[in-house]
Amino acid sequence: MTAIQTALKAPAAPAFDVERIRADFPILKLEIGGKPLVYLDNAASSQMPQPVINRLVRYQTTQHANVNRGVHYLSETATSAYEEARGKVQRFMNAREDREVIFTSGTTDAINLVMHGYGRKFIEPGDEIILTTLEHHSNIVPWQMLAEEKGAKIRVVPINDSGELLIDEYEKLFNARTKFVGITHVSNALGTINPVKRMIAFAHAHGVPVLVDGAQAVPHMKVDVQDLDCDFYAFSGHKLCGPTGIGVLYGNAALLERMQPFKGGGDMILSVTFEKTTYNTIPHKFEAGTPPIAAAIGLGAAIDYLSAIGMDAIGAHESDLLEYATEQMNRLRGVRIIGTAAKKAAVLSFAIDGVHPHDVGTLLNQDGIAVRTGHHCAQPVMQRFRVPATSRASFAFYNSMAEVEALITGIRTVQKVFA
Amino acid sequence: MADPRALYQEVILDHNRKPRNYGALEHASHHAEGDNPLCGDHISVSLDFDGERIGGIAFQGESCAICKASASMMTVNVKGKTRADAETLIQEFRDMATGKLDLNSHHHIGRLAVFAGVRDLPTRVKCAILPWHTLHAALNSVASISTEAEDDPMHASIGDA
Repeated sequence: MTAIQTALKAPAAPAFDVERIRADFPILKLEIGGKPLVYLDNAASSQMPQPVINRLVRYQTTQHANVNRGVHYLSETATSAYEEARGKVQRFMNAREDREVIFTSGTTDAINLVMHGYGRKFIEPGDEIILTTLEHHSNIVPWQMLAEEKGAKIRVVPINDSGELLIDEYEKLFNARTKFVGITHVSNALGTINPVKRMIAFAHAHGVPVLVDGAQAVPHMKVDVQDLDCDFYAFSGHKLCGPTGIGVLYGNAALLERMQPFKGGGDMILSVTFEKTTYNTIPHKFEAGTPPIAAAIGLGAAIDYLSAIGMDAIGAHESDLLEYATEQMNRLRGVRIIGTAAKKAAVLSFAIDGVHPHDVGTLLNQDGIAVRTGHHCAQPVMQRFRVPATSRASFAFYNSMAEVEALITGIRTVQKVFA
Repeated sequence: MADPRALYQEVILDHNRKPRNYGALEHASHHAEGDNPLCGDHISVSLDFDGERIGGIAFQGESCAICKASASMMTVNVKGKTRADAETLIQEFRDMATGKLDLNSHHHIGRLAVFAGVRDLPTRVKCAILPWHTLHAALNSVASISTEAEDDPMHASIGDA
């Protein structure tokens, strides 16, 4: 029995029993060079609980065949499990219909799908695309490629010293040439939670569609695409306790139907002759070739797992971790937190005076602590704060207060080595 | 695997705190810039070099401790050396950092052996090698190098920063 099932049967148990949750994650029992693993690189990729691993094993051992093809038992079983996963994603994001959920290989693939499917069809020379300083490279580079191809222009929303978007500046960027907006829901480098609902409403008032990069938001908070009223929403499975190689693009059905396919191949067609090909209906129009079936089913299992704990409970625990870590880190002399927005997800980017982030990362690793060091694929953010790189601790719901303390002790050790 | 903690030995920390030959030579004959775009390390090496012997050497830049200490110890080791001896040391250092040098065989590494530990830390190999690579460029009148350039003789994909 998993901790979650146990927890569900014990309503009188404490609201959030992190030790019971940790017991579900086999990898958290690892030791790194004799030290217990303290995994604080969740913004890069999260770990997988046993129920999700078990689901993958069950699929692979008893249900696998290609989908949407054979009339045989296994193909029907695999197809139904794959489509069931789509339904789970639909309910998780509160999409109107399951055909608005497209399986991709990840957030990057989902954004590229929108760039090719929507951007290449509808963006014209002289048009403007609004992005923000906080974007991950994956929500910058595809749009730069499009801008170059079409002769369009990228406009960038600036941030303040806390790492918050300047909404007045965002609103001032709109004009008759504005044709598309791409915003990250949560900054991967700083943790800033952006006011996307308000930004979407403003863009819609100007008739401009909005894509939200939700890679760092979906694992930490309840996301309701109807409430946000976004046109596109992208996220990755592996940051959500699911497998790598799977991601989701939510798209408004009316927009998806007007878009051109991104990839051509099997499954995305209704009929093919050398004279003319008729494309399949959504979502299949955008899922050419054999999809990542096992990974999609694994993502469905991860959503079940997270939903059983509850996204609100997850958010509350992570917020406690962030508050404690921030308070502890603020007490360390010579340590500066980069990104101090009023609304943040559990991400702490920091700089230690006189110590390069790569040395910080290598030394923390010696205490079994995994953090990310580097530019976090967000070089515009680094340039804004005039640092080449930062160290970043990013928390998940399975992290404990003891791990926050291990991080603080680890930072003190780094400072001693470099004293 | 060697204890990676051994990498941050006192000699490395000392060269990081007080880098030797730090700055620029006033009348440099040769100069090169080295960049690791993945982590933002930047280093410049200037030489007083008559084509035969390295009469003077200096370096400066922004980098991690491993890179800075490697640069500092490099300047100490190659000052006064002939081109051939310097090139041999560059090759041996590179081989050591990538785990290809047999430290039991005949070599000229000497105290530079404190960097041997990077071979177990693939993401840090380039930090240690960058200064040597930049020296190689300066000796051959190449103005700038990048660890990520296609033509970089040490180009090897070993992970994003």
